[in-house]
Amino acid sequence: MVSLLEMPQTLPQQVPRQNDRPVEETESAEIMIDVRDLDFAYAGNKVLHNVSLDIPPKAVTAFIGPSGCGKTTLLRCINRMNDLIEGARITRGTIHLGGIDINAPQVDVVDLRRRVGMVFQKSNPFPKSIYENISYGLRIAGVNKRSRIDEAVEKSLRGAALWDEVKDRLDEGALGLSGGQQQRLCIARALAVEPDVVLMDEPCSALDPIATAKIEELIHELKRQYTIVIVTHNMQQAGRVSDHTGFFYLGKLIEFGPTTKIFTNPSERRTEDYITGRFG
Amino acid sequence: MIAAASNRRRSQFLESALFWAFRIGTYFVLLCATYIFLDIGIKGGRTVFTRTAPFVNLKFLSEPPQTLYVFDYQGKKMELSDREFRAWKTTHKEDVDVTSVSYSAGGIWPCIVGTALLVIGSMTLALFIGISCAIYLSEYSRDGRFIRLIRVAILNLAGVPSIVFGLFGFGLFVIFFGWNVSLLSGWFTLGLMVLPAIITASEESLRAVPQGLREGSLALGATKWQTIRKNVLPYALPGILTSSILGIARVAGETAPIMFTAAYAMRDEMPWQVSHWTNFFFQGVMALPYHIYVVSSKIPQNEYTERVQYGTAFVFLAVVMLIALTSILLRERQRRRLSW
Repeated sequence: MVSLLEMPQTLPQQVPRQNDRPVEETESAEIMIDVRDLDFAYAGNKVLHNVSLDIPPKAVTAFIGPSGCGKTTLLRCINRMNDLIEGARITRGTIHLGGIDINAPQVDVVDLRRRVGMVFQKSNPFPKSIYENISYGLRIAGVNKRSRIDEAVEKSLRGAALWDEVKDRLDEGALGLSGGQQQRLCIARALAVEPDVVLMDEPCSALDPIATAKIEELIHELKRQYTIVIVTHNMQQAGRVSDHTGFFYLGKLIEFGPTTKIFTNPSERRTEDYITGRFG
Repeated sequence: MIAAASNRRRSQFLESALFWAFRIGTYFVLLCATYIFLDIGIKGGRTVFTRTAPFVNLKFLSEPPQTLYVFDYQGKKMELSDREFRAWKTTHKEDVDVTSVSYSAGGIWPCIVGTALLVIGSMTLALFIGISCAIYLSEYSRDGRFIRLIRVAILNLAGVPSIVFGLFGFGLFVIFFGWNVSLLSGWFTLGLMVLPAIITASEESLRAVPQGLREGSLALGATKWQTIRKNVLPYALPGILTSSILGIARVAGETAPIMFTAAYAMRDEMPWQVSHWTNFFFQGVMALPYHIYVVSSKIPQNEYTERVQYGTAFVFLAVVMLIALTSILLRERQRRRLSW
């Protein structure tokens, strides 16, 4: 199975595999998220055109492209966050998560979002304590056992490399944390409900280089357990953290393939122009 | 150069003229407010406070209004309340030339209780309906012709004069529903009157909660109601409470809506003296603003009525301020818990 099955005609039918990357093996065996022929419109204004791509499990997939190219829209389609926007809808095509059509009427959007966590561009810790932030997802899922929540809080804070910094002040307000810590708290909060997929919408755009480096390191750790899809403006970041990269331009997926190939030997002229900084 | 200089002078003159106009406007408001508060404070204070311990006129605060009997007896001027006068008559058999002044003896305790009951009931009702309505409008509804119609209706409702609410309540609750002049009729009439203010303010408070908090919650698999209940409403409550402070002052202060629907000029029983608990809701009550209206316009005026007029006004102001203060403290406590 090839990841670029049924890509638009402008794209090459096949992207050479690179066998030195271990994630590729699992990728060819299974597909976590399968986006097929997707069109998306905001109140009749079409913003995604015929997008198809396969996101492999336990790997980092990055979406890059200039502002307004539709990468965030696609990301928000994966956990149906766009349902919240009036007049916004998928006009054609499907998204399958682990073989299930996520837009099928029998799919409960609450279950979907529990499986697909999200970290937002602007970190949005709840104005509650650190502990309550992490336990929020569990409590609304009906987990009330204190010992289980305690355990999950520690586990997800460790998972987000935040435990050592906050373990002595779990009951303090989350808004007292620094910007980078707040974003890692949001990651920990997403991990606490044990999702399969974590979507990240420019998670580092408001952070300084040191905080950014920490989060990138964290993403590297997380991909052992989670499927990660990250939208980023920062091409170096995409190059550093991702295994696969999709380049979007004006609502179209121009090129999708292993990151090393996209960055060193892109098949499309526009990809090369963007990556080398000639536009965007 | 000269033109520029004169231009500058003119604009400087305009600057300082405007500055003074604004300043005088502000001072004028301050002056009026000071005068009103001092007038009520001094004249009412004479009724409410006493020179000797316990320094508060407990009788005025704890007794129902009574008729005052004034007469000369053996060269001494007697001022006796209804009850005292009857006791006096049993021991003194002689005829005296008595002037009676209604409501000027005793106190205003039933009015305080009545106003408190009206405020509590109508605000509970208005907050419950108002917040529900605001949640629907800001969180659930999708913009459309029907929703716009609702908004226009709410705006119009806010502009309806209070006497019209009074007549509406009289027609609907008192007559059509047959609730008579009662607490229930008053609650609904007053509740409807403050509803637009509460809906508008609640909606604004809900909208002020950052969208990121809703998305963050939904992205964790919360349902819409869980999100509203745990991650929107708690942060909007301080704002809603702030707005309801103004509502409280209005509910407590309006006379027109209750004069046909809930207020009695005089009632001997206290609200809890009812034969069956259900009757509690169907009894009329005395109320501070209506009492002021009655003692200021329905009875002949003299120096004795002024005492009760100013005393009632003073207590009335104090009660409204107390309620407002409680809401402010409540709000501050909420706000400290969650600042972003």
